[in-house]
Amino acid sequence: MSAQVKLGTEPSAVTRWIILGVVGVIFAIPIIALLQFSFRDGLGGGYTLDHWAGLFDADAARTYRGLFQAIGNSVLLAIVTVAIVLVILLPTMILVHLQFPRLKRVLEFICIIPITVPAIVLVVGLAPVYSVVVKIFGSGVWTLAFAYGITVLPYAYRAIQSNLDAVPVVTLSEAARSLGAGWLTVLRLVLLPNLRRGVLAAAFISVAVVLGEFTIASLLNRVNLQTALLQVGQSDPWVAAIFALLALTFAFVLLLLIGRLARNRNNS
Amino acid sequence: MVKYLGLTPFAAYVILFLAIPTVLAVTTGFFTEDGAFTLDNIAGLFAPNVLATFGASFWVSAVTAVIGAVVGALVCYALLGTKAEGTLRTVIDSLSSVLAQFGGVMLAFAFIATIGNQGLITVFLRGIGIDIFAESYWLYQLPGLLPVYIYFQVPLMIITFMPALQGLKTTWAEANATLGGTPFTYWTRIAIPVLAPSFIGSLLLLFANAFSSYATAAALISQGAQIVPLQIRSALVSETVLGRENMAGSLALGMIVVMVVVMWGYSVLQNRTSRWQR
Repeated sequence: MSAQVKLGTEPSAVTRWIILGVVGVIFAIPIIALLQFSFRDGLGGGYTLDHWAGLFDADAARTYRGLFQAIGNSVLLAIVTVAIVLVILLPTMILVHLQFPRLKRVLEFICIIPITVPAIVLVVGLAPVYSVVVKIFGSGVWTLAFAYGITVLPYAYRAIQSNLDAVPVVTLSEAARSLGAGWLTVLRLVLLPNLRRGVLAAAFISVAVVLGEFTIASLLNRVNLQTALLQVGQSDPWVAAIFALLALTFAFVLLLLIGRLARNRNNS
Repeated sequence: MVKYLGLTPFAAYVILFLAIPTVLAVTTGFFTEDGAFTLDNIAGLFAPNVLATFGASFWVSAVTAVIGAVVGALVCYALLGTKAEGTLRTVIDSLSSVLAQFGGVMLAFAFIATIGNQGLITVFLRGIGIDIFAESYWLYQLPGLLPVYIYFQVPLMIITFMPALQGLKTTWAEANATLGGTPFTYWTRIAIPVLAPSFIGSLLLLFANAFSSYATAAALISQGAQIVPLQIRSALVSETVLGRENMAGSLALGMIVVMVVVMWGYSVLQNRTSRWQR
């Protein structure tokens, strides 16, 4: 450590903690303000626990029916989106990795496109597509997951791909095949256990993306957590603040778990 | 042919929900509501108020990208020498991901609670005699986007730039020291030139990120079309902007042209960097 400090490549402990401290404090302020706001008693100066307590009230289910409904919608969307990742993206990535290595670059390119075509652009073209989708699948909110499957593509792809690259998938599946295992057995007993971490990380990050999604839902006039938060924020900003805090915390925990998964992989 | 059968579900899905919407988004601008070809909407892109909106988007994206990149790079530098798998880095990584990618509407709330009319900081500053809204109430206007955007740009910089800093090899510093170099020459002659493409690449990514961001702006600014994404909103909601139909399509086209150019630059620079990151 001390030898490296002399090389001048790393900051000294003082420099490090000054930078991290200043940036950390500045970045903590809005979150603290949000928390403080959730305890405010109206526009006066006082504090109250009423806004938090109200959530556990007997009447809460009725008062916040719209919001709870929206949370239900977002959870449903998260589940269907993860299902799309598992049923459509994952098998394709494994297949390309094993059978069509030349298509790897093509697949990567496709999966990165949603970064260049942002949601606000995609939604312009999604509007006519959804007028057809509604005719086929009805107007259930879950159909929005078709669009979210595209939104999460870059994140889910990266999570699964880094796992695929770290495990000798080809060797493993050839070994299993030469011992007489069928493709389904290979997938179930050899590949999926080895890809568990990448798949889990992809699922978590997809959930986080879906819970935070606003653009597409809002402009296609569907109700999800974020559009409902904005709605509630106009009449009851305290409850909106509480749910924003809870959602941010939940996303943070999900991502912390992903970090854990990655760390365990490197250690094993 | 049969062996490609396994690829059809993904191909069909991507065609239906990525390719078709993208093509529709960028081509509807060329047609009237009745389906007749027109260049009217494209010409509409050059109307003074639309150009002004693109200008405002450029300005907001550029300012927040530069500030975000500089502050983010500083944080990355501060993190050099900490264990990549340690608690500090894991927590900062996760926090950065949340703030950079999933905040949207919720960050707008946080800033209303911070520098809104009754916000924590506003009230505090008012207490010591400073009124941040003395000139105008700017939080719900264009300048109000700057602090919120910086709040998600810095974390994005941390996520994208950290791998590049991490890729600096100790051997380079040793070589520098062996040849009589100082820490100063190490940074000016080796590290900064090596990091430059990656830094500029990340800067472009940040620009693209701000340019295409919608949720935060929509939550803060409920009326009007100060930046391009908000102009797309009003075009979609009211169907006629500047008295033109399908204007959303040509705005989407204008936006995607900018995005493709910026992201192309990003990928070129990223390829240059990945050579020595392995």
